[in-house]
Amino acid sequence: MNDDADRLDRDRRHFLTIATAVTGLAGAGVAAIPFLSSLKPSARAQALGAPVEVPVGSMQPGEMVRVLWRGKLVFVLRRSEDMLDRLPDVVDQLRDPNSEVVEQQPQYAANGFRSVRPEFLVVEGSCTHLGCAPIQDFEVRPSENWEGGFFCPCHGSKFDLAGRVFKGVPAPTNLRVPPHRFVSDDLILIGQDTGAA
Amino acid sequence: MGNVKMLARLLTILAVFGVVSAHAAGGASLPLGKADIDPGNINSLQRGARNYMNYCSGCHSAKYVRFTTIGEYLELSEEQLADNLMFNAEKTFETIRSAMPEADSRRWFGVAPPDLSLMARSKGVDYIYNFLKGFYLDPASPTGVDNLVLTGTSMPHVLWELQGYQDAVFLEHTDESADGATTTRHFDGFEAVTAGTMDEEDYDSFVRDTVNFLAYIAEPNRAERRMLGMWVIIYLFVFLIIARMLKKQIWKDVS
Amino acid sequence: MARIEAEVGKPQGGFMKWIDDRFPFTETMKYHATEYYASKNFNIWYVFGVLAMVVLVIQLLTGIFLTMNYKPAAAEAFASVEYIMRDVEWGWLIRYMHSTGASFFFIVVYLHMFRAMLYGSYKKPRELIWLIGMLIFFVLIAEAFAGYLLPWGQMSYWGAQVIISLFGAIPGIGEALVEIIRGDYSISDITLNRFFALHVIALPLALIALVFVHIVALHEVGSNNPDGVDIKKHKSPDGVPLDGVAFHPYHTSKDLVAIIVFLIIFSGVVFFAPEMGGYFIEHANFEPANMTATPEHIAPVWYFTPFYAILRAVPDKLGGAILMAAAVLLPVFLPWLDRARVKSIRYRGWIYRSALGTFAVTFLVLGWLGTMPAEGIYVNAARIFTALYFAFFLLMPYYTTVDKTKPVPDRVVYHG
Repeated sequence: MNDDADRLDRDRRHFLTIATAVTGLAGAGVAAIPFLSSLKPSARAQALGAPVEVPVGSMQPGEMVRVLWRGKLVFVLRRSEDMLDRLPDVVDQLRDPNSEVVEQQPQYAANGFRSVRPEFLVVEGSCTHLGCAPIQDFEVRPSENWEGGFFCPCHGSKFDLAGRVFKGVPAPTNLRVPPHRFVSDDLILIGQDTGAA
Repeated sequence: MGNVKMLARLLTILAVFGVVSAHAAGGASLPLGKADIDPGNINSLQRGARNYMNYCSGCHSAKYVRFTTIGEYLELSEEQLADNLMFNAEKTFETIRSAMPEADSRRWFGVAPPDLSLMARSKGVDYIYNFLKGFYLDPASPTGVDNLVLTGTSMPHVLWELQGYQDAVFLEHTDESADGATTTRHFDGFEAVTAGTMDEEDYDSFVRDTVNFLAYIAEPNRAERRMLGMWVIIYLFVFLIIARMLKKQIWKDVS
Repeated sequence: MARIEAEVGKPQGGFMKWIDDRFPFTETMKYHATEYYASKNFNIWYVFGVLAMVVLVIQLLTGIFLTMNYKPAAAEAFASVEYIMRDVEWGWLIRYMHSTGASFFFIVVYLHMFRAMLYGSYKKPRELIWLIGMLIFFVLIAEAFAGYLLPWGQMSYWGAQVIISLFGAIPGIGEALVEIIRGDYSISDITLNRFFALHVIALPLALIALVFVHIVALHEVGSNNPDGVDIKKHKSPDGVPLDGVAFHPYHTSKDLVAIIVFLIIFSGVVFFAPEMGGYFIEHANFEPANMTATPEHIAPVWYFTPFYAILRAVPDKLGGAILMAAAVLLPVFLPWLDRARVKSIRYRGWIYRSALGTFAVTFLVLGWLGTMPAEGIYVNAARIFTALYFAFFLLMPYYTTVDKTKPVPDRVVYHG
């Protein structure tokens, strides 16, 4: 006799249970945002990770400096004419000679030199395999078919003088080119590429 | 005109204090005039920031406060920050340092000037407001001035050019008791000695802006906190209504 | 009366059966939720237990995130708190939730304890629940005390200085004990470091374990109710107490409403008055600890002030310490001090009613006196109210015996 009323009650209860659960979960979800956001780099981390200036005016051709940007090792190599001339020689041994993997360099470095200006190579000194720091090995050794480049001591990955990865090594991609720009002819700013100060 | 009223009120309060202190001789703290700051007034905060950087930051750091934070809230661009505020800093993400090395200040003043990041929260805005207005001439003090709020302060009257110098008038009151006479002094008001570049009213709003800025840097996310709180509480009320309906439905048959 | 049966309690096939064959999940849910019957006439006093759980969860969660950015070293602690407040995204919210949570923990726990005194919840057969609860209270005091040192502000430092010095009052071993607590000749980096360890690991573990035992013990004997009658005396043919309703969904849906109301009040403080006028976060604590200058007026956080007032009421170091310790410990003996035959205040006589009322006022006044300077009239008032505090407990065996009680009904009183 009051089956209908019972069913109505059950439906209403069911609906309210769902509504409460949804509202509660939505609230909990939003409440989780501050906690998860707090895990992001803080204002201090961002300040410490600010762009780094590298004076390059006094660098000799063939000279390389290492700097830290956001705690990451960055190589700045001034390549000699000779080094630049050798770049095309190894193209057929490379995995990605034309820098087609988009995230490994900003648009302005996706060229044959992987750089803004041909002579200055700016790459992160972090092997794309598992993050070890590659060793510079610029000596040309024709006997070993080595035209100069970087060698990772951890698992034997090899990169050329434009940070391009060779075939047949564990590293999957070219060394990453960080965002950077020339403030003047003698000064590179690493970590920033737009005009904003 | 509000400032004049403020000042009048301050003086009244100070006068009342004089009477009160006659009863609680020594030890009693000064009843403070209200700083009456306006935290939402961006212009006041901008003026306060300028005052701070020009007059305070020579000696006092605010080492937890970043210029970027200030710029965001006070609606100042990076250029404006760099041109108007960043005297001791090069990058906007830096914090406010003082121009004076701590060792020097220790030697000159005996104590290092305290960091001002949290002064408005530890002492309160009224305290700072009255402190900045409470310097008076005292030949016995090494700095030539003493302060009504913080007696024996080693801080000189940095703002004297603006406010001018003033004397504090104290009334002497002698209690005759069995142990002999004890004399107590109590404050009876200020008397201008030399004029500053500002009149009373201007100086008052100068101080108020500065205090406003100090209150802001003591808790830069205060406005954000209150805004968010509104939404959280609105959400909770909606949730409350739904949960209450569910509870009523479930308890419907309990008799 | 058609009762709702919740989904979770039903026998399940498939995955749930697989679990149940290996772990008593359904059985546990039944025992503690869907077939745990508690009186249907619970009033507002019965929400503070679950609210204490809510605060515990808030404290654990926010605490974990604070620990990720806090530095337990004298040189860095204060700055790291400001770092959390300013540089860590949303850090201010997490910190305010934690500092507000500390105060609310005591608010709900004090109310929870007062509930037990109102309705005689500590009386047989729930003495052990009360004892475990008192242990929880002691651990909570230690937890709050250790936590208060961590921001390394002026009040952190000098508050700890005063309280730790209390242990020095113990004859003979006092001085040695104080050095062991501090790990140094004064409160220092070493003290801060060990208080941090206690605050984030040792004491929370103890707290969680004790809360677990508290609830297991409660569910063994069943919850009391505002009438103080045993609902298990009258059961339906299938063994369900006639005056009981299942914890889930009945009490859970009711508690949810209470939790939301609580969160509204909690948010009000977090977002609009996190310092609570200097009671939840003391003004002097915005100044870094300075070993060379005590703040002019030093008072512990509000939740310790009733006991602090008792300490200061005695003009003798050892005497004050003993009296304060006694004040904290005395409630432990309530189950045996209370000789009344009835549990609930509803059926007690005017003597106990006035005694409990006076006690409530006494506790609040002592709390207020503890925030005031220790001079003149405040000290004298503190002495009077200290006497009242102790009288409530020590005279209890007498006045609960002579108090005239009313007849207790057979079933709970419930007005649908």
